[in-house]
Amino acid sequence: MPKITYIEHQGKSHTIDVSNGLSVMEGAVQNNIPGIDADCGGSMACATCHVYVKEEWFNKLPKKEDGEEDMLDMAFEPKKNSRLSCQIMVTDDLDGLIVNLPEKQV
Amino acid sequence: MIKTDALIIGAGPTGLFTAHQLKLIGLNCEIVDNLDKIGGQCIELYPDKPIYDIPAVPECTGEELTKNLIKQLKPFDIRFHLSERVDEVKKDNDNWQVKTNKGTEFYTPNIIIAGGVGSFEPRKFSPKECEKFENKSIFYSIKDKTVFKGKTVSIFGGGDSALDWAIELSKDSKVNLIHRRDEFRGAQATVDKMNELVKSNKINLFTKYQLKSVSGKESLESIEIQHDNKETKNLKTDHVLGFFGLIMQLGPIANWGLNIDKKTITVDTEKFETNQKGIYAVGDICTYPGKLKLILSGFHEGALAARACFKLARPNEKYRFEFTTSSKSIKNRLGVKE
Repeated sequence: MPKITYIEHQGKSHTIDVSNGLSVMEGAVQNNIPGIDADCGGSMACATCHVYVKEEWFNKLPKKEDGEEDMLDMAFEPKKNSRLSCQIMVTDDLDGLIVNLPEKQV
Repeated sequence: MIKTDALIIGAGPTGLFTAHQLKLIGLNCEIVDNLDKIGGQCIELYPDKPIYDIPAVPECTGEELTKNLIKQLKPFDIRFHLSERVDEVKKDNDNWQVKTNKGTEFYTPNIIIAGGVGSFEPRKFSPKECEKFENKSIFYSIKDKTVFKGKTVSIFGGGDSALDWAIELSKDSKVNLIHRRDEFRGAQATVDKMNELVKSNKINLFTKYQLKSVSGKESLESIEIQHDNKETKNLKTDHVLGFFGLIMQLGPIANWGLNIDKKTITVDTEKFETNQKGIYAVGDICTYPGKLKLILSGFHEGALAARACFKLARPNEKYRFEFTTSSKSIKNRLGVKE
């Protein structure tokens, strides 16, 4: 199973196995990783599963769909490397992915 | 104080259908919602997005679903209290005393929380100092546009609200429009209009900038904005407006003595009652083994909670299950002529 690392804003790191086919958001929620709220449940309607992805990984991810960038306008402190974790689907190619969580989601 | 058989918190699809179920079995109800319109997440988050899993409705948008639910409530007289948030819930013998942030008070044996993920509140700027100027120089909605006349106003956001207000206020104010990227998600015609005003110097546009800090003593004096490439600019401004949409927050519900697990309320699956007698939770806000956050689940949960309300609202009557196809009393309530 691919390993995904979530790093909280204060630096605490959580590495967990996430099944292929789940989103990075679902991996966090199912494993009680603090810092990802996912209020809308993954329908790309709330921007509370916002993460930062370092450049080397950011460029490997499938491109953002229409609508994700619009939602990121509303996220807390969006940056160039911002993504909504509900839109990143876990596959073997993402084994080792590291995402950084923002200070807060709202 | 308004006496009612049941008070519904939340006017989303679940709250609306729960009201329908209450009225159908002869109970009255009132609905409170913090939004200024009916429809909850359906109307606020995805009015134009198609939904494909409402039973017997192959496809409809959030707005269409809301319209149809309102139409279904047409035979009934239901009072909505919009733009109000329930703040206090207190036990009084067999009833609950409820108070909203606008001071409306209810007295009821039954409270049904159909609050989705909580109440919608505006998303705010991240710099902490912004709180000090909130509702004085920094606003997240506009109630009276005349206060901006002749002033410098810095507007943040890339959607229709930000663009509409930038265009409107540019008539009588000096307007800075600041957005975190080059693209705007507002309607094309609005974006075109804004671009025209930028060309004719009626609006100063700053893209790829975000708010970094605000400064001022008593009142706001200036703001610092930062570009993606870290370069900063200082803008003198009297007012700042932020239009980043709404966010859902559980808010005061957390203080009512309910069992809450990860922002959801634990209920049983017979009455959808919480750990407090006479307080129910239905729709996205409730949780139980196997819970699905689907609109159709909310409808089922509301129907059962409504029956549970009957016992507390009419302790001396016996509830009789009836079908809408055959029941005379239900048809009377619906105003159907045979």
